[in-house]
Amino acid sequence: MTTDAARRVAVLKGGRSLERQVSLRSGARVEDALGRLGHEVVPIDVGLDLIQQLRDVRPDVAFIAMHGRDGEHGTVQELLEILDIPYTGSGVLGCVRATDKVLAKHLMIEAGIPTPDFFAFNETAFRELGAAEALAAIEERLEFPIVVKPSSQGSALGIKFARSAADLPAALVAAFSYDSKVVLERHVDGRDLAVSILADEPLPVVEAVPQGDEFYDFQARYEIGRTSFICPAELPEGATERAQDLALRVYRLLGCHAFARVDLMLDGSGELTVLEANPIPGLTETSLLPQAAEAVGITFDQLVGRILELAEDGNRGLAPPDPRGTLAG
Amino acid sequence: MKSSAMRDMMAVTARPEVISLAGGLPDTSTFPPETFAAVASRIAAESCAKALQYGPTDGLGETKDCIAEVMAAEGMPLDREDAIVTTGGQQVIDLVAKTLIDPGDVVIAEGPTYPGAVPVFLAYQADVVQVEMDSAGMRVDLLEETLERLDREGRRPKFIYTVPTFQNPAGVTMSLSRRRRLVEIAHERELLVLEDNPYGLLRYEGDELPPLYKLDGGVFVMYLGTFSKILSPGIRLGWVAAPPPVLEKINLGKQGTDLCTSTLSQLMVQAYFERGNWRDYVDSLTDIYRKRRDTMLDALAEHFPPQAEWTRPGGGLFIWATLPDFIDTTDLLARALRENVAFVPGEGAFLDGRGRNSMRLNFSSSDEESIREGIRRIGEVVSEQVELYGTLTGKVAPSVPSAEVVQMPTPAERARRANS
Repeated sequence: MTTDAARRVAVLKGGRSLERQVSLRSGARVEDALGRLGHEVVPIDVGLDLIQQLRDVRPDVAFIAMHGRDGEHGTVQELLEILDIPYTGSGVLGCVRATDKVLAKHLMIEAGIPTPDFFAFNETAFRELGAAEALAAIEERLEFPIVVKPSSQGSALGIKFARSAADLPAALVAAFSYDSKVVLERHVDGRDLAVSILADEPLPVVEAVPQGDEFYDFQARYEIGRTSFICPAELPEGATERAQDLALRVYRLLGCHAFARVDLMLDGSGELTVLEANPIPGLTETSLLPQAAEAVGITFDQLVGRILELAEDGNRGLAPPDPRGTLAG
Repeated sequence: MKSSAMRDMMAVTARPEVISLAGGLPDTSTFPPETFAAVASRIAAESCAKALQYGPTDGLGETKDCIAEVMAAEGMPLDREDAIVTTGGQQVIDLVAKTLIDPGDVVIAEGPTYPGAVPVFLAYQADVVQVEMDSAGMRVDLLEETLERLDREGRRPKFIYTVPTFQNPAGVTMSLSRRRRLVEIAHERELLVLEDNPYGLLRYEGDELPPLYKLDGGVFVMYLGTFSKILSPGIRLGWVAAPPPVLEKINLGKQGTDLCTSTLSQLMVQAYFERGNWRDYVDSLTDIYRKRRDTMLDALAEHFPPQAEWTRPGGGLFIWATLPDFIDTTDLLARALRENVAFVPGEGAFLDGRGRNSMRLNFSSSDEESIREGIRRIGEVVSEQVELYGTLTGKVAPSVPSAEVVQMPTPAERARRANS
C-alpha cells in the first residue's frame, strides 16, 4: 500500500492483440516509471509461455499494459486470479462488461445512462437467420449516417462510417473482420470527449479535435498531427461536471477498478451521450489518461505508482452498485 | 500511405506462429556457410586493417569492379567513376530524394509503388503523383498525359521513379516498347528517371529486357542496383550509377549521411566475387524461387474465389492480388491474422488511399508448404467475406473476366470508396 516498499512487478505487454504496438509503447513507458519508483521490473511480452514465466518470476504484482484482445477482455486477469497474483486495473467482470460494447450499452440503457441508439448482430444472424432482410428497417430506425463497428475491438480499428444504404454491406464485412458481433449505431454529430477516472475520481475532460476539414474521419483520431487534444476541454456551462458525472457512473456501473477511460459525445444541443468505456486506456506519450492526469499535476510516475498501489487494495471486480443507476432516466 | 491501423497490425505479423507472406525477404538459408567462412578468414588474413578502416565516400574501386560484373550480366558497361557504392539500394532512393527534392516538388511513381519508397518521399515532402500500371508495366501513355497536365499547372517533376522489371509490389514488367518510349520522353523533356532494379537477375522465364539505363546510355537515367537479392541483404551493399553532375551531388549527400559504406561489407563482396562463381548462387536462388512462385500461383488458382485476380510475375519476389472492391485488405488482414497468416495490404503502395482492395504476396521467404497453407488460409477468409457480402446484398459478386489489368480501381469505384 505504499510506494516506499519496493515490489517485483511483472509488466505484461504486447501479446497477439492488433494493438500490440501501442501496448509495447505503453509497457516500455510503465517500465521506466516503475524503475524510477524503485521497483524491480520484469517485462513480459505475453505469449504461450505466460504462465511459466509468471511462475518463474513470482512477481508481487502484475502491471497489465495490454490493449485489446486478451489483456483488456478479462482473459489475462482470469489467469492472474488463478495464479493468485495481484494485478492492476479492473477485474475480470469489469473487463468483460466494458469491452463488450453491446453488453455495456445494454447496461447503460438499463441504468438510464444516455448512449446512441443501436442494433447489434452476430454473423450467424446474417448467415443463418436472414438478418439482411431487416437491414432496411434498421436503416429507417437509425437514419444515416450510421456508424458500424466491431463489438469488442478497442481503438478505431474496423470502425466504418456508412453514409447511405449502399455503404452498409462493405462496412459490415469490414467490421466482421474483427469480431463475430458488430454494432450499428446512430451517428452523433458533435464534440469528441474523453473522461479518465483514477481511483474513483474523474480527471479533467479531454477534447479531441480533428485537424483539417474532413466531415468526420476516424483515421484522424489516431494519426499523430491529425488530431489535437485540448485538456481541460473548454465546454459550455455545466457540461464538464455532467460529463465527469456520467463517466463516473459508467465506470461504477461496469465495475471498473483503479482506472478507466470513458468516451462521450457532446452534441449541438448540449446533450451528452456515452460511446464506450476502455478498462485499460493507452499509457503512451500521446495517450489521453496521462494527459488528463498531468492537467491536475499528477506526473506519469505518480500515475503509475498510484495504479500499482490500487492493485493491492483487494477491492476489485465488484464495485458497489451505482446508487443512482436504477433511479435515473 | 500506411495507416496507423496497418502499421499496428504489421507488428503482429512478426510473431513466429504467423505464416508471413508479408515480408520482402530473400531466402538466405541456402548460402553455403563454408563460403562465408572462407571469405571472412581471407579478409582477416589479408586485409584486416583495411577492413576495419574508413573508406572513400564513393566506395572502393575493386567493389565497383564487382558492380561492373553484375551490370555486365544485364548488358550494361560501367566505368569505376560512373558509380557510387551505397549502404543498400534503399540509401540510393534516400540520397536521390535528399539531393533533388525540395518540399512540394513533384515526383512521379508507379501506382502501386514500392512501399519502402513511400516514407522516403514523404520525409522530403515530395508531392508524389502515381501513374497506373497494367500487365506491361507503367502506362506510359498516362505518364505523358500526366506530364502534360503538370506542364499546364507550371509544375515540372524532379524525377520519375520506376521499378521496370518484376516490379515491387505488382510483379509486372515494363514492355520493351514502353521502355523505349519512357527513355524518349526523358530525352525530349530532359527529365531524370530513377530506375530501381533489384530483381533483374531473378528471372524465372522469358527473355531478358534491356534496362532503361542501357537504352538511355546514362544520360537521364539514374540506375539503382543492389547485392541484396543476388547475395545478401544483411551485407547492406547497393550502388547508384548516374550522370556525372547528379553523381557529384549524391556523393556530397552521402558524405553527410554516413561518410562511407562499410569497408568490411565491400571487402566481403570483393572476396566473394574473386571466387568467380557468384552466378551459380543466383542460379540456385532462381531455381528455388521459381518453384515457390509456381506453388503460389497454383495455390491461388485452387483457393482464391473467382472474384479475385492476380499478376503472374516472370521473376522477382512478389504477386499482386486484387479482390472485389467491397473488401478492404487492411480489415481483411485483421481477419487473416486470426488464422495466423499475413500479407501486405495494398494501401501501403499508394499515397492517395487507392489499393484498398489489393494485397502484396511474397513467395521468396517461405517454403512451399507454408506458401500453400498460407494461401489456403487467405483464400478461405476472402471466400468467407465474398459470401457474407452476397448474403448482405442478396447478390453474387461477379467473377473477374480477365487478368489483363493490374486491377486498379476505376475512378467511379475510387470516388465511391472515398466516401465510405
